[in-house]
Amino acid sequence: MTAISLTNLSVYYGETPTTHDVTFDIGKGESFALVGESGSGKSTILKAIAGLAPKWQGKISLLGTPRNHAIDPRVARQCQMVFQDPYGSLHPRKTIDATLSEPLAIHGIGDQNERVCAQMAAVGLDPRFRFRFPHQLSGGQRQRVAIARALMLEPQILLLDEPTSALDVSVQAEVLNLLKRLRHQHNLTYLLVTHNLAVVSFMCERLAVMKRGRIVEIATVEQLKQNTLEHDYSGELLRASASHLISAENPS
Amino acid sequence: MAPLLEIENLTVTFPTPSGPVNVVDGVSFTLNRERLGIVGESGSGKSMTGRSILKLIRAPGTVKADRFVFDGLDLNKYSERQMRTLRGARISMVMQDPKFSLNPVMNVGTQIAEALKTHQKLNRKSLRERVFSMLESVRIDDPERVARLFPHEISGGMGQRVMIAMMLIPEPDLLIADEPTSALDVSVQSQVLDIIDNLVTAKGMGLILISHDLNLVSSYCDRILVMNSGRMLEECAAGQLQNAEHPYTRGLLAAMPRLDENRDLLPVLDRASWSAP
Repeated sequence: MTAISLTNLSVYYGETPTTHDVTFDIGKGESFALVGESGSGKSTILKAIAGLAPKWQGKISLLGTPRNHAIDPRVARQCQMVFQDPYGSLHPRKTIDATLSEPLAIHGIGDQNERVCAQMAAVGLDPRFRFRFPHQLSGGQRQRVAIARALMLEPQILLLDEPTSALDVSVQAEVLNLLKRLRHQHNLTYLLVTHNLAVVSFMCERLAVMKRGRIVEIATVEQLKQNTLEHDYSGELLRASASHLISAENPS
Repeated sequence: MAPLLEIENLTVTFPTPSGPVNVVDGVSFTLNRERLGIVGESGSGKSMTGRSILKLIRAPGTVKADRFVFDGLDLNKYSERQMRTLRGARISMVMQDPKFSLNPVMNVGTQIAEALKTHQKLNRKSLRERVFSMLESVRIDDPERVARLFPHEISGGMGQRVMIAMMLIPEPDLLIADEPTSALDVSVQSQVLDIIDNLVTAKGMGLILISHDLNLVSSYCDRILVMNSGRMLEECAAGQLQNAEHPYTRGLLAAMPRLDENRDLLPVLDRASWSAP
């Protein structure tokens, strides 16, 4: 069974189409990356899947069930999103406890106390942070809160929109390790949007390269590592991100 | 030739309820017309070092330095009014976030022109031409259209290129770039850095590139300073970064995922090993 299946998905902002006929399938438990430059429509696809961009044509299926255009609590149970900016995605006037219990309250789930504590422990947050506000936390800790919030409803799919691009490299390593561990523990499916190809190489099995709202290539991560991507544009992207990596490793 | 910038024992202090804290603690370096990179995590004081060169630290923060000379001018003696003649014209700074650094109620072309008009007298026609050619040199394809747009109408990447255009148009001697590309994606990142690089080399400017990305800094700079908790830990030539000695630098290098990644987990910094007082 596929976790996410998109068929000819075109998302519109107003009258403007931002993606054109996007089609791909992600297997259950797979980690799939969308890469491309800004404006290529990769975040838009995540938004359409999560229900944040309601104007789209085509077909979105989550775990075998087609998704309609309305906000659907069943989709929220299956599929949650982690946003790029941990400074913007947490409510500044709500404590961590309130942020984490809200999804439980909305979906009428009990045992809030135990679930909040357990989830905080699972993402490596000390219990003393529970009644603090986001401004009292560092960027890495906030991103952990955002990940914990996404996992509160025990979804099977996580949509990750540049989860580490606002973080330092050392903190990025911690968050990436955390995401990798959680995926193995809960058999999660990841759809990761990033422009950092090294993160793709660490986290994912397959990737799709996007340009101007279209998928130009779907490849495996082995092709990325061996630099055998087929499309010209993918090669360009790889060279752009490899140029400073390679020059740092082989000082000429 | 005398160095462009000489700083000795720079200290930036902020008062806190538990006594004064030195966010920059005894940093010394000299800069010729070359490219210097400052790297470190957030909170390491790298941005504060950059800002203190322009004396942009607001009260209650204080900046002290034993020696603080820019191109023969003793900045320790400079008043706020005198600093204003330097900022933009001789030393300029590209800030981290274009969203907060651009004026939201002024279109892009006017903002760039303002940066130039403040320091030079030009007629309207040549002003327009300078703005358009500057926008072109930061790879904005359609400068006439973009110049009429407001900051909320352009993407983050384009906003950052506009900022760079604005900072480079008065042709300063020293450019301080504080995380200039952290909002951009890789393909544009190298373009923008190439633009900065070309201008710096062509005009013989000095560049201080502040970033948390070690690889990026090492490929665009000649020398690198590594900072942690306000102190300078290590200074090395960019090509020698792989042979860095300090455990902090080595930890940062190891924590970065590589393109041909086959490690199962990334090594995480063990902060206890060097932060002991």
